[in-house]
Amino acid sequence: MEILTLYNNLTTYLLLAAVLFGLGMYGFITRRDFIGMLISAEMILNAASLNFMAFNRFLSPDPATGQIFTLFIMAIAAAEAAIGLSLVVAVYRYYRSIDCQDVTKLQG
Amino acid sequence: MTPSLFSADGLVGIIFLLMLAATLVGAIVVVTAKRLVRALAGLIVCFVGVASMYFYLNSPFVSMMQILIYVGAIAVTIAFAIMFADPEGKEQKNHGNLLSGPVGFCCATLVTFGLAALALSANWIPFAKINDGSVKEVGTQLLTTHAMVFELVSVLLLIAILGALVIAREGRRN
Repeated sequence: MEILTLYNNLTTYLLLAAVLFGLGMYGFITRRDFIGMLISAEMILNAASLNFMAFNRFLSPDPATGQIFTLFIMAIAAAEAAIGLSLVVAVYRYYRSIDCQDVTKLQG
Repeated sequence: MTPSLFSADGLVGIIFLLMLAATLVGAIVVVTAKRLVRALAGLIVCFVGVASMYFYLNSPFVSMMQILIYVGAIAVTIAFAIMFADPEGKEQKNHGNLLSGPVGFCCATLVTFGLAALALSANWIPFAKINDGSVKEVGTQLLTTHAMVFELVSVLLLIAILGALVIAREGRRN
């Protein structure tokens, strides 16, 4: 496999998306603050979009559908970020902390 | 046949490799950075790298939207939230949770290798294209085939904005 024609190869994009997903998942598990978890979640969403776009370019008979799906994922990611960050602001106002170990009011 | 390093095709390949490296480095910075602001900077580098991947996947419109929405809107919103909720830029402390140590690393590695093995072992069959996937085609389908979803996404965004306002206003009186 020639290294300079990697961009014309479905596997490259799939592997990159897998690595992005794994890193995002690792960050989501290890981060102890809500904003860090949100950042990792954005990366997971990006990996999913990259997979959609790769399949759209190389396999799908209709190369417009994957692009449209990615645009919808972006809109939902924007909505998720807005809601998540307003929750972070509300939690910070109440607990004076964004560490998820400090938010223990509902803990059994 | 591999293109010459100094031809136009070779240059395209080199830029792709650089962007691939930028994406991976950005993603690693996101995971390993101790301060949130640095994680955010890594996230922006990662987003720009993914946008260039979209460019290589024949979708300049989605690439531009990636820059506009992720780098322009989401990253800036997260930056505001960091400034509001974590103004001292405290270093992240580890609570010694079981999941945050080797167990989390093993889980993530397992998932990554599972996905990679799936991507490498599957026999992907390409189909003949029925259109060229241009911006014109995307616009036409967005307002005909996918018009319902398009409208629903606008409603979703409206509700998200209202919800964000309501949640963030809560407890403002004291």
